[in-house]
Amino acid sequence: MTKINAFSQTLEAAVCRNISGVQKIKGLHRLSGGGSQETWCFDAVSASGKKKLILRRTPESVSGDTWVSIPLEVEAELITRAAKEGVPSPAIHYVLAPKDGAGSGFIVDFIEGETFVRRILRDDQYATAREKMIGQMGDALARIQKVDATNIADLPVLDASAQITRNKEIYREWDEAHPVLEATFVWLEANIPEIKPLVLVHGDFRNGNFIVGPEGIRAVIDWELAHLGDPAEDFGWTSINVWRFGADKPVGGLGEREDFYAAYEAAGGAPVDHTRTHFWEVFGCLKWAMLCRLMVTRYETGTDAGVEMAYIGRRMCEAEIDLLNLLT
Amino acid sequence: MQNRPTAAELLDAVKTFLNDSVKPELMDHTAFNMMVALKSLDIVQRELELGPEFADTERARLTDILGHDGKIGDLNAELNERLRAGTLCLDDPKVKAHLIETTKAKVQIDQPKYSGLRHAEEKTNT
Repeated sequence: MTKINAFSQTLEAAVCRNISGVQKIKGLHRLSGGGSQETWCFDAVSASGKKKLILRRTPESVSGDTWVSIPLEVEAELITRAAKEGVPSPAIHYVLAPKDGAGSGFIVDFIEGETFVRRILRDDQYATAREKMIGQMGDALARIQKVDATNIADLPVLDASAQITRNKEIYREWDEAHPVLEATFVWLEANIPEIKPLVLVHGDFRNGNFIVGPEGIRAVIDWELAHLGDPAEDFGWTSINVWRFGADKPVGGLGEREDFYAAYEAAGGAPVDHTRTHFWEVFGCLKWAMLCRLMVTRYETGTDAGVEMAYIGRRMCEAEIDLLNLLT
Repeated sequence: MQNRPTAAELLDAVKTFLNDSVKPELMDHTAFNMMVALKSLDIVQRELELGPEFADTERARLTDILGHDGKIGDLNAELNERLRAGTLCLDDPKVKAHLIETTKAKVQIDQPKYSGLRHAEEKTNT
């Protein structure tokens, strides 16, 4: 029996036991590679027909990266709570348990739509979506920050100084000279904003992690870097140049910062402090540099030895030039 | 000194072969990885072509800033140390110009179409 067939049987048993009415699963296939989190798609077949579902999963064998993703059980809990606040989210059907023997993960509805940013930014069918997304992003971010996540034990608490410390530790471990990053750490430490009450931070809130239809955002996905943190952090990350994919508009290539902030404030968010979002935009560029370098570690250690991982290392210069554009 | 073809010529031959004969046969994730592989070879090609001169000018700037010559890796490590210690900083015009030039050169090799490079050039020209 092939590996995928064996896994399909294990998953089928778990699905049939736990999602009511499902009799079997069909057409299991993996959608994306990269990193420690897998995404699979399959059809759940019941008497009334078949329904397309998504499995987000971490295999048991994965060892920890230096960059720790939250457990998928926590991700599932956050999606459930975010959906209750009105954040566009897929419905969760089941969270895998150890007895299922299928790794850890959760099963959600498949949501039809586009995540490939170049198509979202250029295709005619997304013209209306492009006009609406800035407003929808501001609205979704305000709702994310309304989620009470303070009682979730495994959710990291990372305010600005903790973020800097954590990244600096990883950076020091490389023992490599990156003068632009070095200068950035100096700048960040000198410009830490005063502490505000921490809120739920998505951690990867950006064009590319929204499932988009012609009418706009259908779901906010990929919560693996979520934590409790500064309310301006997601603003900074979503506005870094790399997420504009060559388009001019500062927020994800979609629109202006002011319109994004206005939508957030209209949905109940506190007035946005521009100095604070600038700090997090600088931090966001640093984070992109760190993530690019992390892919090289994954390549070196064989966690994911694909050519794509090696290649992404050579995208680190994007973050470096953006940092200089912001800081000089 | 090696015989012909040069490294650049060999690389070119491999790229042409992969592009014309292999890529059309591939599908899905393998086709995607081939595209990434070809882009990686483009980086190697640009590095062969532009790298030596960029490294020379980078080293000359470092020598000027630090007041002595050395291997480029050692000079970079020293610049890094001094930025960390605060004895040099980004506000220093020579340091700033050096980091901008060095990073622009890196982007020209690694991601020459990246918009940040255009932004940096517009900034330098104004």
